[in-house]
Amino acid sequence: MISYLLRHLQVFFYTLGQLARAPIASLMTIAVIAITLALPTGLYLLIENVQRMSTALDGGAKISLFLKADIDDTAAAQLSKRIRQALEVATVEYISPKQALAEFKRLSGFGETLDTLTHNPLPPVLIVQPSATLDTPQKLDDLVKRLRTNVEVDLAQLDLQWVKRLHGLLQIARRGVWLLSVSLALAVVLIIGNTIRLAVLSRREEIEVIKLVGGTNAFIRRPFLYTGLLQGAAGALAAWALVSLCLSLLAGPIGAVADLYASNFRAEGLGSYGIAILVGVGAVLGWLGSRIAVGRHLGSLEPR
Amino acid sequence: MIQFNNVSKRYPGGLDALKNVSFELAPAEMAFLTGHSGAGKSTLLKLITLIERPTRGQAIVNNQNLSRVTRRRIPYFRRDIGIVFQDYKLLHDRTAYDNVALPLVVAGVRDKDIGRRVRAALDKVGLLKKERAYPIMLSGGEQQRVGIARAVVNKPPILLADEPTGNLDQALSDEIMDLFHDFNQVGVTVLIATHDHRQVQRLGKHVLELKHGEMINDGSPRSIS
Repeated sequence: MISYLLRHLQVFFYTLGQLARAPIASLMTIAVIAITLALPTGLYLLIENVQRMSTALDGGAKISLFLKADIDDTAAAQLSKRIRQALEVATVEYISPKQALAEFKRLSGFGETLDTLTHNPLPPVLIVQPSATLDTPQKLDDLVKRLRTNVEVDLAQLDLQWVKRLHGLLQIARRGVWLLSVSLALAVVLIIGNTIRLAVLSRREEIEVIKLVGGTNAFIRRPFLYTGLLQGAAGALAAWALVSLCLSLLAGPIGAVADLYASNFRAEGLGSYGIAILVGVGAVLGWLGSRIAVGRHLGSLEPR
Repeated sequence: MIQFNNVSKRYPGGLDALKNVSFELAPAEMAFLTGHSGAGKSTLLKLITLIERPTRGQAIVNNQNLSRVTRRRIPYFRRDIGIVFQDYKLLHDRTAYDNVALPLVVAGVRDKDIGRRVRAALDKVGLLKKERAYPIMLSGGEQQRVGIARAVVNKPPILLADEPTGNLDQALSDEIMDLFHDFNQVGVTVLIATHDHRQVQRLGKHVLELKHGEMINDGSPRSIS
């Protein structure tokens, strides 16, 4: 078992040496893979960041409960207590008709005119701040529906139409990125497959000799599989570097815009988990492309 | 050690390379396989090494019925047969040492054993001092000796050679054939395809003569036409 691992390690370093000995060819392949992988990675990051931004906006969404006009302060207080206990809400704020009128007077500039009203036309209002766990429009919608069932409530309003639309668009974009990723993954398999195919053909004599002295197909395959794996992984790392570079170039403008909106939003990169997945995917794709190419050509390279 | 019973080989297209060939080589025997170009010498060697499969008949090599050796087992089967080629088939991007080490590397022999056995094989063919040389830096005779060292490095019970002296002059040919003779002396079964009659007469070993795919002689050198 140990000698088996040792042999794999030998082949691994032998392959690294081979790649280093043909740096231009290796770098070209790696660069093509990097660009191919950078495209879906970049789009994925874009969607994730927009998603994060919209979630932050969801959090700002408040639900206004306009109560029936005959609900007095104590009844409203009871309702607010009930809501706080039963539902997923962060805060419930009560605004009595008096407070509302006072605020309206102050803000609208109609002060004197409003004094002429014989009675206060404004209803009592509860401002409900949903808890942070309600992070999708669907969940918010459910909350609004349940709030509406209270008899005291005349009207429950949540202005989330545009958030919903944004989410819908993001769903489409996310699916689009998936489709794009699948086709570009296929491209990576083909790129590496073709590189390996050429490598196999250029070493056909060597392969024939190895077969004649009793080398198994697995033995012949091994260095090619490592080549594919290493090129895929290196391409993925380069893709990450490329995306990070783009992100750092965009960070300044994004920050400036966010500051204008008084937001501390900043575009985020992949994170170590994301990098690990990207490199893993690159390695697997490289291995796969190489496996297919070697498998196809090894059978036809029997000694004559 | 090698036994053919009514073996025929027909290539796609209808060419009969071998017709009903039967012969037997005892363990530790040395034999020459002669005949004109196209008589079927190479085909016979390819059947023994499972590069080709017989169309009909039974072949037993090293106590194994060849029809029972599956594709997956072929590499392991070949590890018991050393093969020497007319064009040497050395890998030009590797030193003599690495060329000779190849059969041991593919068989997964441990590194420290590889060094010892490669040097023993190179010593046997008189090239110990050239272990770091690349094939391009060696003469034809030296390259063929590297090829022989590679064929015997994992001590196979059978040694095959296809026109091993085809590209060499007389003196070098004598040296190479004497090497094969030495290996035969220590118990290796040797089969050499050649049309060099001088060598056949000189060593006086068992002769198998093919003509148009048929075995027309199986005996002593004096009987060949």
